[in-house]
Amino acid sequence: MHREELAALAAEHQRHLDTFAHHIFVCAGLGCPGNEAIVAALRSEIAERQLQDRVLLRKAGCMGLCALGPIVLIQPGEIAYHTVSPDDAAEIVASLDREPVARLRLAPDLPFFARQHKNVLALSGRIDPEEIRDYIAAGGYAALCTALATMRPVDIVRCIQESGLRGRGGAGYPTGLKWATVAKAPGDKKYVICNGDEGDPGAFMDRSILESTPHAVLEGMIIAAYAVGASQGYIYVRAEYPLAIKRLRLAIREAERRNLLGHAICGLGFDFTLQLRLGAGAFVCGEETALIESIEGRRGIPRPRPPYPAEKGLWSSPTLINNVETYANIPRIVERGPAWFSALGTERSKGTKVFALTGKIRHAGLVEVPMGMNLREIIFDIGGGIPDGHAFKAVQTGGPSGGCIPAEFLDTPVSYESLNELGSIMGSGGMIVIDETSSMIDVVRYFMEFCMEESCGKCVPCRVGTAQVHRLLTRFLEHRATAADLAMLEDLCDLMKHASLCGLGQSAPNPVLSTLRYFRQEYLDRIVPAEPATEEQA
Amino acid sequence: MSKLRLATLWLDGCSGCHMSLLDTDERLLELAAQMDIVYSPLVDTKQFPERVDVVCIEGAVSTEEDEARLRLVRQRSGLLIAMGDCAVTGNVPAMRNPLGAEAMLRAVYRESPVLAPQIPIEDLPRLHGHALPLHRFVPVDLFIPGCPPAADTLFAALAALIAGTADGLRLDTRFGA
Amino acid sequence: MSAPILTLTIDGRQVSGLASETVLQVAKENGIAIPTLCFLEGLSATGACRLCMVEIEGSPRLHPACVTPIQEGMTVTTDSKRLFGYRRAIVQLLFSERNHVCAVCVANGHCELQELARAFGIDHIAFPCRHPALEVDASHSRFVLDHNRCVLCTRCVRVCGEIEGAHTWDVKNRGIRIQIVADLDTPWGAAATCTGCGKCVHVCPTGALAEKGKSMAEMRQKRPFLPYLVANRAEERK
Repeated sequence: MHREELAALAAEHQRHLDTFAHHIFVCAGLGCPGNEAIVAALRSEIAERQLQDRVLLRKAGCMGLCALGPIVLIQPGEIAYHTVSPDDAAEIVASLDREPVARLRLAPDLPFFARQHKNVLALSGRIDPEEIRDYIAAGGYAALCTALATMRPVDIVRCIQESGLRGRGGAGYPTGLKWATVAKAPGDKKYVICNGDEGDPGAFMDRSILESTPHAVLEGMIIAAYAVGASQGYIYVRAEYPLAIKRLRLAIREAERRNLLGHAICGLGFDFTLQLRLGAGAFVCGEETALIESIEGRRGIPRPRPPYPAEKGLWSSPTLINNVETYANIPRIVERGPAWFSALGTERSKGTKVFALTGKIRHAGLVEVPMGMNLREIIFDIGGGIPDGHAFKAVQTGGPSGGCIPAEFLDTPVSYESLNELGSIMGSGGMIVIDETSSMIDVVRYFMEFCMEESCGKCVPCRVGTAQVHRLLTRFLEHRATAADLAMLEDLCDLMKHASLCGLGQSAPNPVLSTLRYFRQEYLDRIVPAEPATEEQA
Repeated sequence: MSKLRLATLWLDGCSGCHMSLLDTDERLLELAAQMDIVYSPLVDTKQFPERVDVVCIEGAVSTEEDEARLRLVRQRSGLLIAMGDCAVTGNVPAMRNPLGAEAMLRAVYRESPVLAPQIPIEDLPRLHGHALPLHRFVPVDLFIPGCPPAADTLFAALAALIAGTADGLRLDTRFGA
Repeated sequence: MSAPILTLTIDGRQVSGLASETVLQVAKENGIAIPTLCFLEGLSATGACRLCMVEIEGSPRLHPACVTPIQEGMTVTTDSKRLFGYRRAIVQLLFSERNHVCAVCVANGHCELQELARAFGIDHIAFPCRHPALEVDASHSRFVLDHNRCVLCTRCVRVCGEIEGAHTWDVKNRGIRIQIVADLDTPWGAAATCTGCGKCVHVCPTGALAEKGKSMAEMRQKRPFLPYLVANRAEERK
C-alpha cells in the first residue's frame, strides 16, 4: 500500500464513519467483566429502534478507569458512562439524541481523565482494535509509509535518539542508542523482538496497549526493523493474555493483507515478516536473554551479558528487543518529530509514561501522564486517593524489582532518575498503593515469594538467596526474628543485588532494601531479644 | 595460675568425637597438667557444674532434653565449642530431617519387623522435628568440623585455648574429615 | 586469522592474552587462581555459580571471570574482602540448599564443594539448612543420581549435550525447586537417550552422580578424558 492508497483508504473509512450520528464504544478489555453482555444488549436495543444506520456500536480497548468499569463512551460529546450493566442499554440508547443519562455519567471534568496526557493511549477506547481501517482512519500507518518513502534508516535512528525516548520495559535504556547499536552491528540477518511478557504483579500496561491498539505496536516494530535493517520480527506475549494474542494475530493478518507487512512493504523495497510467540508463564522470560532462549525453543533462562542482544541475540544475530510501550511510542515520534516528544517530560526522562494504578486507591486503572508529574498528583488527583478514609502509607513502583516509597516523597516528580534515587525504579509502570492498614513486611514478603517462585534457578544467589530471604521475612512477620536475622537479611540482600546473574535476582532485594530504608522500625519492632527460639523448618 | 575448667557434653552423636579426644593419647597428660575435666561422659560427675571455662559439645540437638541441656550449659560456660560435624552441621542425625520425626519413628518402630510394634514414649525425651546444629539455638564460640575431627585437630584447639591463642584460630580440618 | 593480543592487569600484574580469551583463562595461564564451581574446562561456560566473580576497575558491577572476555587495558581484581565475603556466602548457600552430609558421602575427600568450604575457612553454615526431601535415582544399572548432593552446576547437562551429544540430562522446574532430569523426567534407567558413557558421573563436582557400588569416599572422578576429547575434536575440525 502506497502512501496515496493509505490516505485514500483513511479518507474513505472516515467518510463511512461520518455517516453515523452517534458512536458507542464499549470497553472490551480482558479485565472488564460482562462487556459482551453489554454489547449484546446495546446491539439489540439499537436494532429494536432501527438505529443501525445512525448509531455505530463498537468494541474498543481499555478506557483506563477500571475501578468504575465497564465504561461506555458516546461520541460525539465525549459522554462517558461508568459501571454500565446490560440493563442500562435501553436508557443509554434512548438518550442518544437527548440529555445524557445523569446517573451513569462520569463528570466531564473528572481529574482522572482531565489530568492525563494521552499519547500511547490516545486511541485506546476510541477505535475498534480489530478493525485496521479504524486505525488507518485515525492516522495509523502514515508514519510508516512516510518513513519508508522519505527517510533513510539512519534518519529514523537519529530521530529516535533526538527524541530522548527511553525503554519503557524497566531499565530505561536510551532507545535510540540501542537502535543505533543494532543498526551498526555487522550481520546479514537481524531480528526485531517485542517484549510483551509483562509479568509484574499489578501491571497491565502492555496488555492494555496490545488489546487496544495492536497496530500501533506493529507499526512501531516495522519502523524499527527498517531502521536497524531487520527482516524478521517476533512478538513475545505471555499466553495468559488471550485477548491480546487474538487481536495481535488478527492485526498481523490484516497488516499482511494490506501490504504493511511482508514483501515490499508499502510498495517499496523493504521486506519484513512478523511472528507471534507465546510465553508459557515464566516471569523470567521478560528478561531479554531468557526471552531469546525461549524463542529459540529452549528453557527460558538468562544468558550472561555481554554479549548483549544488540551484538549477539536471537540465533546469535544482532537483535533489537524493546518493550510494547516503547514500540507504541514510535509512530507518533516519527510522525510528529523528535522535538514534539522531547518537549514533554523532564530533563532526562522524556515523553509520557503509562502507569497501572492498583492497590488501595479509589480510581484503580490505567493512566498516562507526562514524565515529571509528581506522585501526589498521580495518586491523589488522578487516582482519587485512598478509599475508606485510610491514610496513605507507601506506593510500590516497579513491581518485584522496585521499591516502596513513603509519604514524605509524594511530591517527587516521577522520572527514571528520581525513582532510582528513592531506592525504587520506574520499572514497567506498576504502581501499587499501600495504606496504613498494611504491614510493609507482609507486602515485601509477598514480592519475595513472587521472586522465589519465578527465579529461573540458574544462579546461586538468586535461587537460594530468595528462599533464604523469604524465610527470614517470615520470621519477622511472625515476630520471631533476632538482631542476627536482621544482619543476615541485609547481607543476603547485598549479595543478591551484586552477585546475581540477571535483573531478576539483582533487583529482587529492592522491596526489602527500600523498606529497610524507610520503614526500618517495622522490622525492629518485630525483633525478639532472646536467643533464637527452637526452629522447626518445613 | 588456676587450671582451666573443661567440660564435655554428648548430645545426639556417636561418641566418635569423644573417642577422638581420647586418641590424643599421651598428650592427654599434657592437657591434664593445665586443665581439669570437671564434667564429661568420660568422668563420673553427675551434675553439670555451676561454672566451667570451656565446654566441648559433641552431637546435634535432636530432642527437647538436648535443647534444655545445651541452653543450661551455655549459661554456665565461658567458651562453647561445637565439636565435630553433628554439633556443627547436624550431620548424620540430620539425615532424618527431610522425613520429619513422626515418619521416622513410624518407620523404625512400627514398620520394621519387631515383635510388638510400638513407638516408645515413656521416660524418653520428645524428639524435635529436626536434628539441628548447636548454633541454631545458642551462640557458639568455636566450630571444629570433622567426623570426627582428628585427635591432632582437637589437641591443637585445646592447646591454643590454654595458650590463649584461640582468637582467629584456623584449624586444619573440614566437613567430613 | 588469529585474535589480537591484548594486555591487561590482573591483581596488580601485567599480563597478556588473546582477545578471544576470558579473564578466567588469562588468570589461569598466569598462575592466578580464581575459585570456580560450575565452570569446567572443555565445556561451555554458563556463569551460574557466581564464585568466579571479579572486580573490574571502572565498572560498578562484578563480573563472572568465566564468561568475561578480556579487554585492552582492563584492571582486574580477583580477590578482595568483598569478593571473599560473597564467595563464602555462596558456598554456604549451596550447603544450606540441600542435604550435604560429607561424612557419609561417596565423594568425601574428592568433592569440590567440600574443598571450597575448606579453602574459604567455612567452619559452619550460617544459614539454616532447608532439608528438602529429595530422591535418589538408582534406576540405572551402573550409576546413581542423588539429588541431595546436587549443586545444580549443570556440568552433567553440558557434557552430555556438548561432548557426548546425547542430551539425556536437562533441568526441570524453576527457582529453588529446579532439578536435574533425564530425558523428559523419566528414571535414569529408563532414559532411552542415555548411552551409559558415564561422562556426567566424572564431571560431577560432588557426590550427586556416582558409580554404583562405591562406598563412602570411594568415588574418584576421572577428568582427563575431557581435555583429550576437546583437543581431538578441535584437531578434526581443522
